[in-house]
Amino acid sequence: MSKGILLKSSLAALLLSGGVLSAEAEVIKIGYIDPLSGPFGSTGDAGVKHFRYAADEINAAGGMGGMQVEVVAFDNKINPKESLVQLQKAIDQGVRFIAQGNGSSVANALTDAIAKHNKRNPGEEVLFLNYAAVDPALTNKKCNYWHFRFDAHVDMKMAGLTDWLRDQKDIKSAYILAQDYSYGRAFTAAAKSMIEEKRPDIKIVGAELHPIGKVKDFTPYVQKMMSAKADVVFTGNWGTDMTLLVKAANASGHTVPYLTFYGGGLGAPTAMGQSAVGLVKQITEFHENIEASEKQMARVDDFEKTNSLDYYYERVFTLMNMLDKAVDAVGSVDVPKVAAELEGMTYETPYGEVTMRADDHQLMQPLYISTFSEGVARDVENTGYGFKTDITIPAVATETPTTCRMRRPS
Amino acid sequence: MTDYSLDRVPDLAPSARYKFATRVLPLLLLALILLSIPLFEPSRTWLSLFNAIGINMVFALSYNMLLGQAGMLSFGHAVYFGLGGYAAMHGMNAIENASYDGGIWAAFPMFALPLVGFAGGALAGAVIGWPSCRRAGVPFAMISLGIAELVAAAGFMFISVFGGEEGITGDRMNGVELFGLSLGPLGEVYWFIAFWTFLGVALMYAFTRTPLGKLAQAVRDNPERVQFVGYNPNRVRYLVFIAAGGFAGLAGGMSAVSYEIFTPESLSVIPSGLVLLMAFIGGARYFAGPILGAVVLTYMQSNLSDYSEAWLLYLGLLFIGMILFAPGGLAGLLLSGTTALRQSLSGKGLVRAGAFAISALLSAAGVIVLVELAVRHSNGFGEAFEPFGFHLAPDQMMPWTVGLVLAGVGMGSLKVLSKQGGMGS
Amino acid sequence: METVVFALLNGLIYGLLLFMLSSGLTLIFSMMGVLNMAHASFYMLGAYFAFTLGQHTGFWFALFLAPICVGAAGACVEKWGLRKVHARGHVAELLFTFGLAYVIEELVKIIWGKFAVAYEIPPELNYSLFELFGSQYPAYRIFMLAVSIAMLAGLWYLLKRTRVGLIIQASLTHPHMVSHLGHNVPRIFMLVFAAGCALAGLAGVIGGNYLVTEPSMAFSIGPIVFVVVVVGGMGSLEGAFIASLLIGFLQTFAISIDSNFAEIFSFAGLSADGDIGRITIASLAPMLPFLLLVLMLMLRPRGLMGEREF
Repeated sequence: MSKGILLKSSLAALLLSGGVLSAEAEVIKIGYIDPLSGPFGSTGDAGVKHFRYAADEINAAGGMGGMQVEVVAFDNKINPKESLVQLQKAIDQGVRFIAQGNGSSVANALTDAIAKHNKRNPGEEVLFLNYAAVDPALTNKKCNYWHFRFDAHVDMKMAGLTDWLRDQKDIKSAYILAQDYSYGRAFTAAAKSMIEEKRPDIKIVGAELHPIGKVKDFTPYVQKMMSAKADVVFTGNWGTDMTLLVKAANASGHTVPYLTFYGGGLGAPTAMGQSAVGLVKQITEFHENIEASEKQMARVDDFEKTNSLDYYYERVFTLMNMLDKAVDAVGSVDVPKVAAELEGMTYETPYGEVTMRADDHQLMQPLYISTFSEGVARDVENTGYGFKTDITIPAVATETPTTCRMRRPS
Repeated sequence: MTDYSLDRVPDLAPSARYKFATRVLPLLLLALILLSIPLFEPSRTWLSLFNAIGINMVFALSYNMLLGQAGMLSFGHAVYFGLGGYAAMHGMNAIENASYDGGIWAAFPMFALPLVGFAGGALAGAVIGWPSCRRAGVPFAMISLGIAELVAAAGFMFISVFGGEEGITGDRMNGVELFGLSLGPLGEVYWFIAFWTFLGVALMYAFTRTPLGKLAQAVRDNPERVQFVGYNPNRVRYLVFIAAGGFAGLAGGMSAVSYEIFTPESLSVIPSGLVLLMAFIGGARYFAGPILGAVVLTYMQSNLSDYSEAWLLYLGLLFIGMILFAPGGLAGLLLSGTTALRQSLSGKGLVRAGAFAISALLSAAGVIVLVELAVRHSNGFGEAFEPFGFHLAPDQMMPWTVGLVLAGVGMGSLKVLSKQGGMGS
Repeated sequence: METVVFALLNGLIYGLLLFMLSSGLTLIFSMMGVLNMAHASFYMLGAYFAFTLGQHTGFWFALFLAPICVGAAGACVEKWGLRKVHARGHVAELLFTFGLAYVIEELVKIIWGKFAVAYEIPPELNYSLFELFGSQYPAYRIFMLAVSIAMLAGLWYLLKRTRVGLIIQASLTHPHMVSHLGHNVPRIFMLVFAAGCALAGLAGVIGGNYLVTEPSMAFSIGPIVFVVVVVGGMGSLEGAFIASLLIGFLQTFAISIDSNFAEIFSFAGLSADGDIGRITIASLAPMLPFLLLVLMLMLRPRGLMGEREF
């Protein structure tokens, strides 16, 4: 090494106080683009902690293909345009794997931008690993080769919920309430068609969309449901819209099951508290009271201890470990090859085997319907309440047909 | 009657040299900066940051046509940015469709799309401004807030126009190429943004020199007098409102081409609030103020969030600090700083300016230390704040004391200094 | 019948909560001409203070202590912030409170965390009072009703029947004369601002557990409060009261109407599949206050009961 280079590199090391680039071994960077400030900052913050924990685990076990993994967080303020600016930043910093989950609008913008980027910049391809955006279009009409989804999308979760409904013979009427935007409409459409298909005798006594984040008091909605004599409520609501709805239902003495996607979302159990007990059901790939190995339980405990945060995104670990497996198999960060490896990959999670379907890059995983209950072994958010499994839906049962016509790079 | 006044009055008209220095030179300087940026071969990160800054410059300047020039406080300016942007986005898709099916749009270059945005924004301004410009002051502000809420809600409801939550996307690499730019790579988009930024800035500057621009300032300062002179202040406001809507739409059109996506939240009150912050922090009283504000805030938005999750708090504090102590904004501070320097190159003035700067820095450092410690304490993973190799742990007393002392000393000396004679306002 | 009774009851509760929030804002606005953009932030502070104090003293003490703390915070804001920008006119004051709203939200996140806190209805009030058409009516709502009516009565008595109220009313119309008479107008301003904030804090104490206590609660309710004040009319408590109830009823009634535009305008040939025909009255409910705001400012700028334009 000549003196000049030595000087330069030591200068660079000085400037980059973290000393990231000066490290000898190559580092795999995962660019995490999600809100870290503003109203949704808490959700994004929780996500990145799961990613970092998973990365630490992988690094402790020797890294991906011998390379250390680093999670670099970018704050997109849940704004699609800002996400694109952060995407450019991430690519410049050598990130080849983008992880995102909050907001289908952001996911749509990213998948579109990444497809364009990969077309315009061959050799610099980027992979989009979606851990929570559930718009069905992402693996149907708008699917593309560079996008992989590790969460079950709206139609799949709805298929699970309606499977549960099939065996509830005393339920005769259903009410659907969702937020008025694309996700809420997809939720409503899926609920209508699947209830129709699996329980044609159930009458849908109401299907309503309300503006997102604008309703303060849900009591009028609850009373509409009660007047309509609904035996079950399907709601796609999340965040404050969900907690306010459950509180209003409890106050009015509405005691029918509320079937939700996000009843256990971070922060929701605390806000709902006692009012949700026995009322709220959720469908997820994980909750803490699912039977699992001791090793997994130790991981959950350790995660909660180090982060003072509930373990919530099992799928983040699935995502990271599947990526690990793919990079190990390829032996380098050759993105098109890693993508090819991920296609159709099966992987054994602590909760059963999962498959990345090659047709549309949608992960098929077992799902669990659970009820918010008292007296459970493990509670959530130190509330004293937790989720108890009602039924398990095997991965095969969640498969819904796809309209994706995948264009693979030649 | 003999006319004896003319030769006695000193010539008050500015000299040609002064005119050149204040009116032409800054624009030339801007052009020079825009032209020289690519010489440094900026990375993609910097290019996309420059593009965002260019868009925000035009947007913030258009906002300042209302706030700074006509004295109209709007909480819904993003409506015109968004509607203009949507118009351009539909134009982009029309160009793409025309490239298969033919039609008028086939001859329309992608490069000129901001014109569509301008038309869309101005049209929206003309329609919405008609009822809202009949009021000024706080009622105008409230109407703009109400309209912003309504339009943003409509954005989510009318899917065929606004595309619902995921908005509408397009591909800018279609249609006729202008100046040999395919607009594919970011470097080429930079030229597109630079061109329209310069044009927008120059035109808006020219607008301040027109009779309408001057009248707008008169309406801001004293609407009654304007009425006495025979002009209708509401009509003046209305015309300025249309122009401001048009330039906001221009920025929207630039944004449409740059990002190839438009979503309904760009119509909402959040971007409206941000552009207000840009114009005000930069300095609403000066033409160049919003330009400075756009540069600083865009940078903060994209990069400060990498360093601190409390960046919104800093933004709020900066804004409040500006309102309390420097209503002229950054531009005002710069200007008074340079005049102070010029007036007394030696001695007292320099020392005073230096003392001001040092105490401001001290208090900022103190506040930053306190905030960062508080954030880490609240997160509770025992992480320490480590600026420049210092190790400040939130569970010890020492770092908190350091922060408090820094902030106290800084603010105290600022107070003493400002008592000796104000600066910055 | 059932629908109407429910809509009336729910509208009343929501309207009264809005009134508690907006009465403080009206008071401040009428006295000082300041449209306090951070008013909802003081509402949020009330809820958080009550949550923290309640852990030590219980709900009933917090009900009194929290509004006092919020009032003190308001007094500090007025003394060291608002007063400085007062000379620069109402727009500068408006901007100051606008920035303050940002700062308070971020501070709340640092102090109490980013997620919702478990601020719950006190167990003494957590039961259903009576049953109506098969739906239970919680006791806490009646408690909210009682608190807000007591507040309305107290305010009315204070303003119309006491010496303090006389001075306040006089400084509203003739600030110079009041100051010539030897009253300390800046101090009155500070007290009024503090009192207005304390009222918002009280609304937070009883609204925070009824709804959700989380950092974005201020941002989500803030704009509606302006609507109430503007629609009610400048400086008119009666106006604010009527406007609050009006908006409460308007929203709850709209929610109970299921028909969509296609059905209402079927004569115009609207189809239920189109963008416009698809919209139901119920889904428009949260937008109605803003429509009311815009229409009111255009057609009757002094509001329902205001004595002058602002």
